[in-house]
Amino acid sequence: MTGTASLQFGLMLATVLFLLGLIGVLMRRNLIFVLMSLEIMFNAAGLAFVVAGQRWQQADGQIMFLFILAVTGSEVALGLALALAARHHFGTLDTDLISRMRG
Amino acid sequence: MTLVWLIAIPLVGGILSFALSRFSALAARVLALVAMTAQLSLAITLWPSSTSAADPWLQALQARWIPQLGISFSLTIDGLSLLLILLTGLLGIVSVGISWSQIDERVGLFHLNLLWVLAGVTGVFLAMDLFLFYFFWELMLIPMYFLIDLWGHERRHYAAIKFFLFTQLSGLLMLVAIVALFFTHLQQTGVATFEYQQLLSTPLAPLSGMLMMLGFLVAFAVKLPVVPLHTWLPDAHTQAPTAGSVVLAGLLLKTGGYGLIRFVVPLFPEAARAFSVPALVLAVIGILYGAHMAFAQTDMKRLIAYTSVSHLGFVLLGVFTWNALALQGAVIQMLSHGVSTGALFVLAGILQHHLGTRDMAAMGGLWRVVPRLGAAMMFFSMAALGLPGMGNFIGEFLTLLGTYHLSVSFAVVAAAGLILALVYSLWLLDRVLYGPSRDPLAIPDLRASELAIVAALALAILCLGLAPQAFLNISAQALDALLGPGGAP
Amino acid sequence: MASPLYLIPLLPLAASLLLGLAGSRLPRVVVAIIGVGATAASFVLTAWAGSHFLSGSLQGQTQVLYRWLSLGELQPSIAFYLDPLSLVMCAVVTFVGALILLYSAQFMAEDDGYARFFCFMNLFVGSMLTLVLADNLLLLYLGWEGVGLCSYLLIGFWYRERRNVTAAFKAFLITRVGDTALLIGLLLIFTQLGTLQIQELMQRASLQWPVGSSLAVAAAALLLGGAVGKSAQLPLQTWLPDAMAGPTPVSALIHAATMVTAGVYLIARMHVVFELAPIVQWLVALVGAATLLLAACSALTQWDLKRVLAYSTMSQVGYMLLALGVGAWSAAIFHLFTHAFFKSLLFLSGGVVIQGLEEEHNILKMGGLRRDFPLAFWTFLIGAASLSAIPWVTAGFFSKDAILNAAYGSNVGFWLAGLIGALLTSVYAFRMVFLVFFGERRLEPRRRQGLVTAVPLVVLATLAVVAGYLNLPHGGTGAFTALLRGSFLSTASAAPGEGGAAASLQVLPIIATLAGLAIAALLYLRQPRWAENLGTAPAIRVLHRFWFVGWGFDWLYSRLFVRPWVYLARLNRADFVDAFYTGLAAVTIALHRLLSLSQTGRVRSYALAAAVGTLVLLAVVVLR
Repeated sequence: MTGTASLQFGLMLATVLFLLGLIGVLMRRNLIFVLMSLEIMFNAAGLAFVVAGQRWQQADGQIMFLFILAVTGSEVALGLALALAARHHFGTLDTDLISRMRG
Repeated sequence: MTLVWLIAIPLVGGILSFALSRFSALAARVLALVAMTAQLSLAITLWPSSTSAADPWLQALQARWIPQLGISFSLTIDGLSLLLILLTGLLGIVSVGISWSQIDERVGLFHLNLLWVLAGVTGVFLAMDLFLFYFFWELMLIPMYFLIDLWGHERRHYAAIKFFLFTQLSGLLMLVAIVALFFTHLQQTGVATFEYQQLLSTPLAPLSGMLMMLGFLVAFAVKLPVVPLHTWLPDAHTQAPTAGSVVLAGLLLKTGGYGLIRFVVPLFPEAARAFSVPALVLAVIGILYGAHMAFAQTDMKRLIAYTSVSHLGFVLLGVFTWNALALQGAVIQMLSHGVSTGALFVLAGILQHHLGTRDMAAMGGLWRVVPRLGAAMMFFSMAALGLPGMGNFIGEFLTLLGTYHLSVSFAVVAAAGLILALVYSLWLLDRVLYGPSRDPLAIPDLRASELAIVAALALAILCLGLAPQAFLNISAQALDALLGPGGAP
Repeated sequence: MASPLYLIPLLPLAASLLLGLAGSRLPRVVVAIIGVGATAASFVLTAWAGSHFLSGSLQGQTQVLYRWLSLGELQPSIAFYLDPLSLVMCAVVTFVGALILLYSAQFMAEDDGYARFFCFMNLFVGSMLTLVLADNLLLLYLGWEGVGLCSYLLIGFWYRERRNVTAAFKAFLITRVGDTALLIGLLLIFTQLGTLQIQELMQRASLQWPVGSSLAVAAAALLLGGAVGKSAQLPLQTWLPDAMAGPTPVSALIHAATMVTAGVYLIARMHVVFELAPIVQWLVALVGAATLLLAACSALTQWDLKRVLAYSTMSQVGYMLLALGVGAWSAAIFHLFTHAFFKSLLFLSGGVVIQGLEEEHNILKMGGLRRDFPLAFWTFLIGAASLSAIPWVTAGFFSKDAILNAAYGSNVGFWLAGLIGALLTSVYAFRMVFLVFFGERRLEPRRRQGLVTAVPLVVLATLAVVAGYLNLPHGGTGAFTALLRGSFLSTASAAPGEGGAAASLQVLPIIATLAGLAIAALLYLRQPRWAENLGTAPAIRVLHRFWFVGWGFDWLYSRLFVRPWVYLARLNRADFVDAFYTGLAAVTIALHRLLSLSQTGRVRSYALAAAVGTLVLLAVVVLR
């Protein structure tokens, strides 16, 4: 495969993944699924970095992906902890039900 | 150093008073009283030099503050400032004294705020660096906000926020104008400075000069107040605690008049001249409209508050007439109004304290009940209606005389304000003192301390009326310097 | 000058201060001694200064106390000026003042506000003396407003009754309208002439202003405005009848003898300005003539004794203005002089009757009281005789005669007005006498007056008779006129009064007076039925009603000024300017509500909004 073709397919895949993740974030009300969808969006971004890095033969793409991994890792840890706490506190994981942000 | 002390005494006095109040409220009160007495005495020591000095500036002090931006800690005093600082000291003592029996909650904090307002006012009268001036301008607003909001009457939050919004927004306009003036000066001369004396001679294009002048004017017009920017005033004066009303009416409004005399016309002479007719129209409207609104009120403090609008219309009239007679008149009017309206607020505050209401419909026949208070109210109402022999008459007469030189019609219409002043003054007496007394009202008459306050203010107003020359002499040089060579009448 | 001129006004002022500060703690006797004593001492000083003055050169003398203001040309001092005019005025004020205060010492004995009364009265005397002696217009204005204040305080002396307070308010307000005109006059005079010193400004005026120049006319008209307000002349006359709400001694001193004549004094003092403005001077005479007729008609219809006297005062002051208007300066002052005696006498003896009947003011309810109050009767009779100018034996005759003579010399119309006025005066004066003291007795007197009140009555009654002889012609002019020449030097030529009317015409006023007396005797003594019958005719009744309410001026002013003012005040109590700011606040709050609708609190909708926003931004970047 040529570099350009792999870039195109890679970016398309990343876009599809990103959109799937976004739709998940928007549609799901369960906090766990929202977190999972967020992960998918992060990974879509990471895929785009890696593909781009490969295209220009630069290590930056991989490095950024490592950063993203670190961020998502901590994010998941915090998010799950919060989800557990929310479940404990409110008895549900439905984001609409536990909303306290209405002004 | 005297100048620094004049500001530092109330500032430090306020903090010490706050600290002492943890141990004893009485100590806090005494300390505040001592501080204000010390400030007044210090100001009095400057009196003799005011008539003998060859230079209008009696004392000056300049220290570096932010030299990169041309900001310095620059204080100066001339006769005009001295007169107003004497008034500040006198009313400072009065407001501490009148709070003695009326403020029981958070005494230390109250005196902290009160003294800081007074320090801010003093700073405004002394600052000669526009940046420093703005600093003091803000310094007096915030404690005043708390005075109204924490110790005020039933609608205090509304009044406090209204006061703050009006003064803060107009103050921001002034800040913009100050900065614009700074940059214009920088462009023209390459010198970065906020120093008043240097900015005086900044050449300005007509349009930008007018805009900057309006920035200053709006800030001072809100304070003075000028119709139609006056509506914060009745609310704030009515809702403030007695001492707050005294300081508001007696001093804060005077910072507006002072600013007009010191900054607006000298900094922007052309723009001020171009704006003089609208300003005179506003002044006359203020005189008449304020008097009319005063008559319409049923709330005693609100009535007195509206009289300020009417009386200070004469100050605006005098400033924009801009000749020696009118300007001297405006200064005397500011002093007399400070004393007489301050005294009326003191009396109204005492009545409210005892009766629990300011509604004049619930009063009547009080002269019989409290003859001393009645006599005092009679006296100061007469001052307010401009009875000759009292300070307000001298102020109004000189202002009208100066205005007459400039324009007969403005003087004549403004003189009609004297008739209306009689209407609201007598209306106040009519509602409060006269008529059959209501059910056995047993309220105490003025106590010795209150009597002393009232007597001091009465004496001051008589001095202003019968021997105004002593005061005119203090400010004569300063005003001559401001008027410039062509300003003689 | 050796005589302590400044003590003349200062003594009563000091007494007033003392009584004001400590009066409530002093025993009544002490209060009375201080109150009467200060004014009496002032009179003694006046007499002393007067004797010095008369034995001297008769030149005006100035005594400067200190400089009040010094600003460029504006150099008014607290300074007093003694010349024949101010001497006469001082003598009247202190002499009549002291007598009335003496009378009050007993008359007010049972009143709560004894010290307050003497405090205000002395303040009045002091202010009036300041007004009279002032060397410059600013100090005169101080006295002018001071007497206005005292008038206000004393009309509303019994402040617990709303009616009294309203009358006081009205009096102060209406005179203030005139005062403001005077103040504007001061502004004009200073601006044009550069001084407020009276003698100096009159000199400059005659040099700078040609006769009839518009500035002179304006200045004179403004001064006239002040005079009209203070002296209760058309069109600012409506306050005086209501002012009778005050205690009777107040009415006698302030609203008869002294304060209401301040306007006359002002015009006489500033006569040069008026001579420079012939139109205004003619207007002065016109105002005087109109007021004297209007007020005399109203006096005919009143049933309140004090209101009759009030209208009569207006009418008599009208005579003085008429005299001023025709340039008979000294005749005006002479009438002021005699009027002070007989009018205060009428008030004081009327006061005895009123108090004796326990505050009964209605003369229709009185009758036959001459045996119950013999002293009051005789003194009242003398006063009424002097008021209606019964020839040769009363002071009023001489002074009114001089005015009518002068008027004839100037304008027959004015003379005719004066003549009709004389007739009406004697009708209403004797109407009072007959209704109160003759006829059948209907009310039982409750109390008698003490001896102290008798002294002022007797003294004033004597003067109401003999004061006229002061001006008996001695080889051309009377002593009084000769004395006043000193004050009207510049106009010594303009004294058209002397020998104006022919001898045959001089009889007419006498006939008018006697005819008036006869009419009054007929209607109110011999045939009371006729008066009643007259009252039933519809035309007469309407006229009666109209005159009774003072020609409807109160009604007019109420519709024209008071009601619109009060209505507007009610309407705009909340300040329409504030509506703009509250409107601004309301708009801000509405916008806030609108925006806060978007804050649903749902994370998902926020995320959607963020996504859509990103898409839109991307689209903008990509598609452009």
